[in-house]
Amino acid sequence: MTGPAHHLGPPSPVEQRAAALEAVLTAKGLVSPEFIDGVVSLYENDIGPLNGAKVVARAWVDPAYRQRLLDDGTAAIAELGFGGPQGEHMVVVENTETLHNVVVCTLCSCYPWPVLGLPPAWYKAPPYRARMVREPRAVLAELGVELSDSVEVRVWDSSAEVRYMVLPERPSGTDDLTESELAGLVTRDAMVGVTRF
Amino acid sequence: MSGCVHDLGGSRPLGSIEVEPNEPPFKADWERRVFGMTATVMAHEHANESEFRHAIERMDPDWYLGSSYYEHWLTGLATLLVEKGLVDREELERHGGASFPLSRPADPSAAALDPPRRGESATFEIGQNVRVRRLEPRGHSRCPAYVRGRTGTIVRRDGEHTVPDVEAHSEERPTEPTYSVRFDAAELWGGEAEPGASICVDLWESYLEPVR
Repeated sequence: MTGPAHHLGPPSPVEQRAAALEAVLTAKGLVSPEFIDGVVSLYENDIGPLNGAKVVARAWVDPAYRQRLLDDGTAAIAELGFGGPQGEHMVVVENTETLHNVVVCTLCSCYPWPVLGLPPAWYKAPPYRARMVREPRAVLAELGVELSDSVEVRVWDSSAEVRYMVLPERPSGTDDLTESELAGLVTRDAMVGVTRF
Repeated sequence: MSGCVHDLGGSRPLGSIEVEPNEPPFKADWERRVFGMTATVMAHEHANESEFRHAIERMDPDWYLGSSYYEHWLTGLATLLVEKGLVDREELERHGGASFPLSRPADPSAAALDPPRRGESATFEIGQNVRVRRLEPRGHSRCPAYVRGRTGTIVRRDGEHTVPDVEAHSEERPTEPTYSVRFDAAELWGGEAEPGASICVDLWESYLEPVR
């Protein structure tokens, strides 16, 4: 059961409500602690941005794979063994010298779980969701990405069933790196589009 | 605009973006439990995604904006389970030893009012200009307010999907084509728009009308 195991003091109201809901659902056989543990473990230990980094690195070293990834993201990502909830309809958008892509969900927090894991708090919070569609250059600058006027910015609002991943440009000076070394360069933020190499 | 607090695109001012380095997927054990419970209930199809989103969207606006993401999930999940009769609110309050606040009830007219136009129009083509209908949904919708009445261009077709506006309120499961529609920033924000920017929004066919 849940409890104040990680901090001192009495449980907060929201902790108490979560524990009450779990107790009631467990008593009714609607959830089981084991199933919950299993799902949580999947997203804490197995599914995260390393998956997306492997996809990006493969696209950087294999032009035919890159083309398949841009043509049918879901199928190309499945080639590397990744798929599942919130990744059923994947579209990969490619950054170039003159185009920068960035992903948002203004209505909630849609995010490509199989390749990036669960979204960070800032992605789910009102400021990012509200501002990215209105002033993307200002938001990107605030996050450390200075785009020159010659770079077009394209914002993708995940308002329906598609989930987006950005394919960043391969950084210069990486010709000698292996595919797995390249994967080590790819960050979650680069695949959301709030970092640019 | 009551009942639309979640529809945040273009709202302001909402402050700076707070990035926490090396943030873990869950910050507290109760967040893990809420995520796992929701995943279980969805996996067993006791509720669908549209209903779940709508239950969150019906939170009191101040509560929604002032509470954390997993408190939204907890509230949406508990609200749905109570509404479906799978759980009693009194039972939750007895177990928790305190009141268990829930989202506001759905507008009973939500599914019947302003029905999306379905099955009348031809499928739009890539490159075609479309205008987003000025819908004023009483219930759940995935048509963001900031694009309503605006004109954009179809840039991708994504096959057919069930319509969330219907799925959240009834047993019907009509499907429709969805599209990615690109809007020039100036079309959305006028003189305040940043240069060289466009926004692509994914929309169901019944949200759109052709530009003649």
